[in-house]
Amino acid sequence: MSKSTENALIKRGLSKKLAEKIASSYTLSELEKTSYKKLEKEFGKDVIKIMKALGREDDIPKEKVKKKATKKEAKKAEKEEKKGEKKKPKPKKKAEREMDLKQRIQKILNERKEYLPPVVVDEIAEKVKKRNLVDKLERVVERAIEEYNRNLMDPYEACGMVAAQSIGEPGTQMTMRTFHYAGVAEINVTLGLPRLIEIVDARKVPSTPMMTVHLEGVYKVNREKAKEVANKIEMTRLINIAEVYTDINNMKVMVKPNEKAMEKKDIGRDDLLKAIKKLSKVRIKEVEEGIEIMPEEGNENYRELRRISEDVKNIKIKGIDGIRRAIIRREGEEYVIYTEGSNFKEVLKVEGVDTSRTITNDIQAIYEVLGIEAARNAIINEAHNTLQEQGLNVDIRHIMLVADLMTSTGTIRPIGRQGVSGEKSSVIARAAFEITVDHLLGASRRGEGDDLKGVAENIIVGQPIKLGTGSVELAIDVKKLSKMKVKK
Amino acid sequence: MKMDILKHELVPHHEILTEEEAEKLLKTYNLRKEQLPRILVDDPVVKAIKAKEGDIIKIVRRSPTAGESVMYRVVSREII
Repeated sequence: MSKSTENALIKRGLSKKLAEKIASSYTLSELEKTSYKKLEKEFGKDVIKIMKALGREDDIPKEKVKKKATKKEAKKAEKEEKKGEKKKPKPKKKAEREMDLKQRIQKILNERKEYLPPVVVDEIAEKVKKRNLVDKLERVVERAIEEYNRNLMDPYEACGMVAAQSIGEPGTQMTMRTFHYAGVAEINVTLGLPRLIEIVDARKVPSTPMMTVHLEGVYKVNREKAKEVANKIEMTRLINIAEVYTDINNMKVMVKPNEKAMEKKDIGRDDLLKAIKKLSKVRIKEVEEGIEIMPEEGNENYRELRRISEDVKNIKIKGIDGIRRAIIRREGEEYVIYTEGSNFKEVLKVEGVDTSRTITNDIQAIYEVLGIEAARNAIINEAHNTLQEQGLNVDIRHIMLVADLMTSTGTIRPIGRQGVSGEKSSVIARAAFEITVDHLLGASRRGEGDDLKGVAENIIVGQPIKLGTGSVELAIDVKKLSKMKVKK
Repeated sequence: MKMDILKHELVPHHEILTEEEAEKLLKTYNLRKEQLPRILVDDPVVKAIKAKEGDIIKIVRRSPTAGESVMYRVVSREII
């Protein structure tokens, strides 16, 4: 019999008699491991009290709890529960306290009608816990609010100008023309300034489209399965798996399959024949060493032969249009397929492709398949990665602003003459940018006016611009003034 | 099998505001609907959540700087 066990149990709210009885056969740690049923046999009804004292309410079978309530012992149960709650074990409380902390911060914020971003709230909660400042929480949050508000962008600050400078200046240091191998050998991707221009200009198709295809389920862990998907994606032309000769003497085109290549790409002879049969205006004959293709009777000339030869070489046998190559690479625990060429819409239909993580560098394709918000994210990611890759640290907020501007109308607008700058409402601002005469002429013909609200217009006209302090106007409401009672 | 575009990692959470919520939003920011950024009627996400023209959509973005940021777009036709 252990006195310490007995005392611990009494502390947890059990009666002295019961505690004595338990302590005679169990220590505290033994008690925690013993199953509910065994304890029930030994202590009968008291088992529930014991479980509650141990913080093992979850181990009590559900029926028991219900029965208790229906047995009109509700009052008793309530009392017990209160006792149990007070003496809950510590580990549970810790997790609660952490949750609690964030809620408490949120409550303080709500009381003061202030706002802090979730990241800041998390950080405060973490630091406060670490440094043990829980009692000073209110003061900490107060200081955080003060600091946050001080660091906010001021109203009417020229954030677009700052963004333009912040991206433009490092941009001058970018390499003019680089082709880099993006992690995977053999796939080259336009990077550096040309890529950045491509993103900002919202080109319909990037100069070097590529996709990162993630896989799901078995496909992602098994190399063979991954290869299967890669074969389905990669476009295979006939010329990749067979040799094509032109026999002028006998007026025919010979297709000689390369068995090895065909096996590698998992293509059978039937598939080959089926693909060739789609050709028009030809006669097809299967011979031992391959397939003979001849022009139609009466049309056997050299030009026709040349046409057939070219057509045959370019027949698509398998795969998705536009994808020139697919490379499998192991990344950590899973296999990922990188492709040269992109066809986002089609690749998502292939079995085994993880449709939630697969991405492309073709922003237009992302816009068409996933919508404007996804396109915004893609612009941010692509631009940020391009700058990062060149070793330039541009704050992501500037890029976010550019992406927001580009996507604000629901479509992707380029920055520049055809896009954002060319669509300004003010004639003078447009004329100040590019093709001055055209804009002025067009405006005069249409009889356009100008509200002189922007920066460029006001500089041209010679007025203070509406930015920063220039944007604030103070006026006295005379009508209200007369109604005010002046105290003497 | 058709994919669920809403589950893609690039697509943030979209939800349609009820009429009361929309009104409250416009009132708090002293806005007219046309002043909000737009999202087209034929945007894939708009179709997926079955929003109609004129609806205001609340977008909860995952932001690298703020953790989470809320943005609103109004469903509209393309303006040519």
